[in-house]
Amino acid sequence: MGEALAVAQDRINAARQRQVAQALRAFLPARSVLWEQEDTRPYECDGLTAYRQLPMVVALPETEDQVQRILRTCSALGVPVVPRGAGTGLSGGALPPGDGVLLSMAKFMRLVRLDPLARIAVVQPGVRNAAISDVAAAFGLYYAPDPSSQVACSIGGNVAENSGGVHCLKYGLTVHNVLKVRGFTIDGEPVSFGSEALDAPGYDLLALAIGSEGLLAVTTEVTVKLLPRPLAARVVMASFDEVEKAGDAVAAVIAAGIIPAGLEMMDKPATRAVEEFVHAGYDLEAAAILLCESDGTKEEVEDEVARVREVLAKAGATRTTVSRDEAERLRFWSGRKAAFPAVGRISPDYYCMDGTIPRKKLGEVLNFIAAMEAKHGLRCPNVFHAGDGNLHPLILFDANDPDQLRRTEAFAAEVLEKCVAVGGTITGEHGVGVEKINQMCFQFRAAELELFHALKRAFDPQGLLNPGKAVPTLVRCAEFGRMHVHGARLPHAELPRF
Amino acid sequence: MSPRDAAAQLQERVRAAAAARAPLRPRGGGSKDFYGNQPRGEVLDTRCHEGIVGYEPTELVVTARCGTPLAELEAELARQGQMLAFEPPRFAPQATLGGCVAAGLSGPRRAAAGAVRDFVLGVRILDGTGRDLSFGGQVMKNVAGYDVSRLLAGSLGTLGVILEVSLKVLPLPAAERTLRLAMDEARALDSTNRWAGLPLPVSATAWTGGVLSVRLSGAETAVNAAAARIGGDALAPAQAAAFWEGVREQSEAFFDDAAPLWRLSLPSSAPAVPLPGRQMLEWGGALRWWKTGAAAAQVRDAAQRAGGSATLFRGGDRAGGVFHPLSPALAKLHRGLKAAFDPSGILSPGRLYAQL
Repeated sequence: MGEALAVAQDRINAARQRQVAQALRAFLPARSVLWEQEDTRPYECDGLTAYRQLPMVVALPETEDQVQRILRTCSALGVPVVPRGAGTGLSGGALPPGDGVLLSMAKFMRLVRLDPLARIAVVQPGVRNAAISDVAAAFGLYYAPDPSSQVACSIGGNVAENSGGVHCLKYGLTVHNVLKVRGFTIDGEPVSFGSEALDAPGYDLLALAIGSEGLLAVTTEVTVKLLPRPLAARVVMASFDEVEKAGDAVAAVIAAGIIPAGLEMMDKPATRAVEEFVHAGYDLEAAAILLCESDGTKEEVEDEVARVREVLAKAGATRTTVSRDEAERLRFWSGRKAAFPAVGRISPDYYCMDGTIPRKKLGEVLNFIAAMEAKHGLRCPNVFHAGDGNLHPLILFDANDPDQLRRTEAFAAEVLEKCVAVGGTITGEHGVGVEKINQMCFQFRAAELELFHALKRAFDPQGLLNPGKAVPTLVRCAEFGRMHVHGARLPHAELPRF
Repeated sequence: MSPRDAAAQLQERVRAAAAARAPLRPRGGGSKDFYGNQPRGEVLDTRCHEGIVGYEPTELVVTARCGTPLAELEAELARQGQMLAFEPPRFAPQATLGGCVAAGLSGPRRAAAGAVRDFVLGVRILDGTGRDLSFGGQVMKNVAGYDVSRLLAGSLGTLGVILEVSLKVLPLPAAERTLRLAMDEARALDSTNRWAGLPLPVSATAWTGGVLSVRLSGAETAVNAAAARIGGDALAPAQAAAFWEGVREQSEAFFDDAAPLWRLSLPSSAPAVPLPGRQMLEWGGALRWWKTGAAAAQVRDAAQRAGGSATLFRGGDRAGGVFHPLSPALAKLHRGLKAAFDPSGILSPGRLYAQL
């Protein structure tokens, strides 16, 4: 079994636990320090439930001052600290340390300030992604990044993972929509990255902090950019009789100078699973469907929709349908957004991948996945953020069958390696965490991993903040490489998705 | 000119310099020699490593070597109906892509489209020991590893020699129009901030001497509707193009005098800054150019009070450092990063801050 699962069996050192809990209780109220198993159990995993570990101690600070003191205390005692937001992450980035403190930011729930003229919101990290847009709606504004977990996930977690969503091609990722992050380094030093201005002096530490998976600093406040809500939006739904044609159609849309607000693709196994579940009105005979959204002023949307239809028809769409009203637009999207739970209904377990590829390689990679289905005897429907090349193939399996689990792991590893081989990446938006740490060994060379470790030391010389995540040690890669040669794979397992 | 790959020669130079602990100053066309603090070290001319390595318009990605002339790159994109949406200033015809990314400067479209760092997808660099390293890639979404690519944007050659860059590109707008309105500074700040909160295709603003210029870019219908809403007088297309080129390249009349040029980066809605001299507002109020003889301390203080920072961009007394001082905590992180990338401290020492 993998290292993380092995860690999960580690016993907690009771003397150390008592020492750390007492040190924190010196300045935190009883409700803010948990160590009894029944209290710490809810924190044993994040959205990647295959990896579990009881935290030695859970700290639930309520003020920045408390966060600072927790970090100073842990730093002085040499105790690892793992920050956690809403716990919806899909790569195990918030897997607790069995020998350390899980730092839950759940009580940082305040909207500090919303300035409609400056179009910014200052929020605490525990604020939910969707809650920001809900509040901003009164001013005709919204926060653009919309990961599928947006009703539950927190902005602090979005910063840690550089979360995306279905509108990234036009509106960018978290890194494009956050102006400033305030927090502390592991030694309790207050830091501010970025500014309410559009740039800040010196190195772009804001870009570095975003997507750093909680390894560089603990976020206590986030300033986000708000955008004017588009006046209108419509979706064109197009059917194709071959998956490659749908891929080529995506390129044709871009070649026509159109940057759609959203551009999503699903293959036939995915639409079939979804249609039974949500009745979105998808064409079940199509080998693949595309959903292409236009937004803007009413006139702009009418224009763009007409152009998109024309381009898709030329690219060989067998059918195109345009949403007539807001209810229909949401219905078209409902299927795509429900893809993961829908697949969860047709299979006991599924494994979701997150590779990104250059779009032109779509046909090649989908053919490769089809070949893997045959090789491993497992089905794999595909949903795809087609606009930005981010693939989410979903391998269906039964975790109770050890051989299926083994084949799923092999399948997934081969697909991720293929993504890297065609010039892509092992993770587009879910993060590395503990889940894809071995795949980092073929995404990067030793010297690059060494630089990542050196960079981490600039922020955290003792290596106490979220240790063992995101960047593998060279020793680990060497071991993985040997196993790789022998054809073995480390485990992946079922994931609940929303 | 046919593309040339000189990565090996550049690597040899960096290795030798690291061994000798001899400072090295990566330099492209030298168009931004004026920018930053006095560079030290022997020039490492990066123009020998040039050419577009990969460009597929339907992928919205271009990859090119550092020495590629920016003008050449932008001309190639324009042939395919695309652009660098951050409108980087060149400041001289020979400006290169490597220099553009290292300087991290963006032009008039920045507030609407994003900065250089927002479009950087991947880099290949030589670190201070001469190791050839790649980060990021050619895809829009990539969260594997720390975002070193964006960190390199604006690092002024102090972290690595940029060998190759992949950038996201965007289609040229279908229609463009520039409007002129007479108004004072307070009203210009209020108007540009309010417009930015509405779904209007404003792609650039510039206010100076009581005149606000507003550029609209997008679908013909959207531009028409926004023009009707904003009002003012439309500029002839050639005149408009020349004006924005002048703002981007600082060849407009505003920039044409001997006074020091300060760049104030502020929250867009910050009230008018009380400084002596002349001012041009860009980026909907987030960028404020000042031609002023005021003391550095006074300018920095004014910027800081407004929630931003000030850079002595051109001219003036540069002995005290041109960039806004960092807090002790950030300065420490900067030194740590510098040591991670360039342990012997040979890359453009002092260009950004004295200790880096």
